[in-house]
Amino acid sequence: MKIDRRDFLKLAGIGSAVFASGLGGLHDLTNRALATEDEFFFVQLSDTHWGFTGQAVNPDSTGTLKKAVEAVNNLKIQPDFIMFTGDLTHVTDDDKDRRTRMSQFEDIVSALKVKNIRFMPGEHDAGLDEGAAFKEFFGKTHYTFDHKGVHFIVLDNVSDPTSTVGKDQLEWLSADLKKQKKDSRIVVFTHRPLFDLYPDWDWYTRDGAKAIEMLMPYLNVTVFYGHIHQENHKNTGHIAHHAAKGLMFPLPAPGSVPVKNPIPWNASQPYKGLGFRSVDVTAKPAALAIAEFNVKGEKL
Amino acid sequence: MKSTKSRLLVYGAVVAFILISTSSYFVAAENEQVIQITAKRFEYSPKEITLKKGVPVVLEFTSLDRLHGFTCPSLGIRMDIRPGKVNRLRFVPDKVGTFPFHCDNFCGSGHEGMRGTITVTE
Repeated sequence: MKIDRRDFLKLAGIGSAVFASGLGGLHDLTNRALATEDEFFFVQLSDTHWGFTGQAVNPDSTGTLKKAVEAVNNLKIQPDFIMFTGDLTHVTDDDKDRRTRMSQFEDIVSALKVKNIRFMPGEHDAGLDEGAAFKEFFGKTHYTFDHKGVHFIVLDNVSDPTSTVGKDQLEWLSADLKKQKKDSRIVVFTHRPLFDLYPDWDWYTRDGAKAIEMLMPYLNVTVFYGHIHQENHKNTGHIAHHAAKGLMFPLPAPGSVPVKNPIPWNASQPYKGLGFRSVDVTAKPAALAIAEFNVKGEKL
Repeated sequence: MKSTKSRLLVYGAVVAFILISTSSYFVAAENEQVIQITAKRFEYSPKEITLKKGVPVVLEFTSLDRLHGFTCPSLGIRMDIRPGKVNRLRFVPDKVGTFPFHCDNFCGSGHEGMRGTITVTE
């Protein structure tokens, strides 16, 4: 039985995105013709860790991000916007070096054709200076925006040294959500997982449950995050949480090894485990469809 | 005379409050083991700790530089290690084994390696 993209999207609402791997997406010219005014897609890139060096882990550490930029630019149809979900730069203990890395990162991503680019920090960007350098280059660390009927919320769970959302931001979130209808389409971006994915490896947010509790009354909520350098798909109730691949080095599956270390480079499969994703958004039915790409821009 | 006595009582209460409120004043219970641990970028000292099952322990953390964290999820204990004070964590080990702990407040380039183990014996 052949399932076309629209039938496939009907399988799930926005809170439980479907995976369009192997199927056409809005980024494919042929399917773009089917799109309505309410349909669009965005691209999520994550954990680029600009400034990281380590031959055994990524011998092309200065080239991988540039390849990803080129791959996104080569999509037949360009996304409405691009979201970077944190760890734009790799941590450095030197404030000046941090700014140098951010400047270099900013320069590289300026080559993206799409100019509607959104950023948020990871702990490598903001954990040591409470986001001071990040704000200088990229603006606020938490904010909202609306696009074609979807409400996007960017939550910062890294700038506080304790890696929490924090009381003030939770109050801000509560106030923002009160303006939404129960059936509003809401997409949340975070760096760390809001739920307890694997606390032994710090793959959680200490007060993330409070944010999830605030989101629970809303029927159409999806969370996209980074931090763990691999795909992961998990639901807390009706809220789906989707982790993205990174663009510097993959990490092992949660709890699969005693110590969390980057997975070494595989010369026979270069760039394995690295990539980005596109997310198709439709209004009727209210749904999301995720497609994963490798660094070359080939759909997986 | 009475007012002097009252003043002395008040002063005494204030001094007691200050002593109890400051980290320098601490008395371990009779059977409590006290272990002092320093934390700095990017290590604990000591980083290997051996405890006895069922014997109450106080871990006394001191940071030598910045905010660090201590978490041992397998034993269900964690604490922020704030500089400028002694940070005490009381607990009773209730199971035997070797349990990893690590810093869970992002502290810099060596953060991922700031780890240790607690071994609990019978």
